[in-house]
Amino acid sequence: MNSPQQSVSLAGEAALPSKRRGISIHLVPWIFMAPAVIVFAIYVVIPIFQSFWLSLFDWDGLSPTKKFIGIGNYTALFQDEQFWTSIKNNIYWLILFLFGPVIGLAIAILLNQKVRAMRIVKSLFFFPFVLSGVVIGLVFSWFYEPSHGLLNTILGIFGLPQIAPLSDEHLVTFSIIAAGLWPQIAYCMILYLTGLTAVDPEQIEAARIDGARGLRMLWHVIIPQLRPATFIAVVVTVIGALRSFDLVQVMTDGGPFGSSSILAYFMFQQSITNFRMGYGAAIAVVLFLIMSVFIAFFLRHMIRNERG
Amino acid sequence: MFPAPIQEAPAAKRYAYYALVAIALIFWLLPLMAVLLTSIRSLTELNEGNYWGMPKEWKFSNYIEVFQQTPMIRYMLNTVIITLPAVAGAITLATLAGFGLAKYKFRGNLLMFCMFVGGNFVPFQILMVPVRNMAVRMGLYDTFWALILFHLAFQTGFCTLFMRNFISTLPDALMESARVEGANEFQIFWSIILPLMRPALAALAVLIFTFIWNDYFWALVMVQSDAVKPVTTGLSALRGEWVASWQLISAGSIIAALPPVAMFFLLQRQFIAGLTLGAVK
Repeated sequence: MNSPQQSVSLAGEAALPSKRRGISIHLVPWIFMAPAVIVFAIYVVIPIFQSFWLSLFDWDGLSPTKKFIGIGNYTALFQDEQFWTSIKNNIYWLILFLFGPVIGLAIAILLNQKVRAMRIVKSLFFFPFVLSGVVIGLVFSWFYEPSHGLLNTILGIFGLPQIAPLSDEHLVTFSIIAAGLWPQIAYCMILYLTGLTAVDPEQIEAARIDGARGLRMLWHVIIPQLRPATFIAVVVTVIGALRSFDLVQVMTDGGPFGSSSILAYFMFQQSITNFRMGYGAAIAVVLFLIMSVFIAFFLRHMIRNERG
Repeated sequence: MFPAPIQEAPAAKRYAYYALVAIALIFWLLPLMAVLLTSIRSLTELNEGNYWGMPKEWKFSNYIEVFQQTPMIRYMLNTVIITLPAVAGAITLATLAGFGLAKYKFRGNLLMFCMFVGGNFVPFQILMVPVRNMAVRMGLYDTFWALILFHLAFQTGFCTLFMRNFISTLPDALMESARVEGANEFQIFWSIILPLMRPALAALAVLIFTFIWNDYFWALVMVQSDAVKPVTTGLSALRGEWVASWQLISAGSIIAALPPVAMFFLLQRQFIAGLTLGAVK
């Protein structure tokens, strides 16, 4: 990743063949990048600014005129109870999703053995990651189903009280988060399994000779060496938590009574279902600003790595 | 190796380990097994309340019924029509851009790289209204192109990050010697770099295929008719029609999940290579 970049723009430029063909070497990288930069600008970069602009208008998405209302959408938003419920749920998602890297590491350590059939066991642990949110939502809706679902059947066997995870407003967000953790743990597990293969065996041997074992070894020798994997696992988990939308939409539609709504879903509901595009854009801006903190953190780390 | 190899442990500990793995795996897959079991049950059996006992008859015909009674085939086909061109397009653009970023030093290099990486992480909602309006204005709303173009553009961000990092690892000496022999930059890309990219192309293709196949949000926002709907929104719509027919919902879910799952099991190594890029430094 850190191989020295070549500075073709410096020495010997005049002798370069591209010059002969009339294309300045300075233009070459831009020619290679142009198509990607153009489509990415049209579909990603420019729309971000457009959303900021749009959030200052009252617009139903259909009428040809938009009414400028300044920060009106934002003042309305901060007085909207649904907004604060969504923020609160987003915080739950963010915090509880961090179990993803923790449990992922635990499973990776459990499975990091060279025994027969381990390959297939690892794949079976991993493959929820390739399922779509819709399928995971349906799988867990069935699992949580109050009268016949497997969860209540199991609770019944142990004589525990029956629950209705998706229609109880105190349980619903946590039940959806548990479903969301399923593929997230799988993802973190695979990152850690890859990380574990790169742990320096000599250091482990040295630590063993010094008498480090089990948890002490894990904490002082292994986890420090897994830092790159941890970094990526935490980043994808935080981003994943804030991006979650599919499960809420499929499992509860934000219900009961909006109690499982999160910003991503709230935004969709306001703009598509209620035709409040300007208001929706304002919600999106808030979500974007929250995420920018993490994106900036990631980019800063990446740039430091680049400069090595 | 950490933890210590279990083969060297005493027999009792070894068997305890195997048991632990087996139990963990069963718990892990429990929700999925429930769906698998339900998908082969008959409606009468479900009505009788036999949910979790052995099925009296194995009703594989539920799967046939899904195809006969619903546009499931159409939905699957739509997903393929959307996914394949988007994957091909994103990878092509990203290979070109990745080469430009990896092998040339120029002003704005890091800025462009940050744009692709950062853009790849933004919440979809900040793009939703403008992108949807653009599709409406261009007459693309509710067509395949609305989704193909968006996915192509958006995934170019991640693909460029991936390609740029991969191409950086290729030795510069290869390019130098080609230059000395008089090859121009485009010939170098075509005949030196591209042939070395095959493993990266495969890894990336598998990964992006899954991402786009599983997209739900954009399908919800950009298309609505059955003729274009991909399998994710299709399945979700069917669920509304089937209400409590869990045997059909289960069979439908499994059908929808099968292509990416099959792809993963067949091309596991590429898939994981793509995903764990950067987990080891």
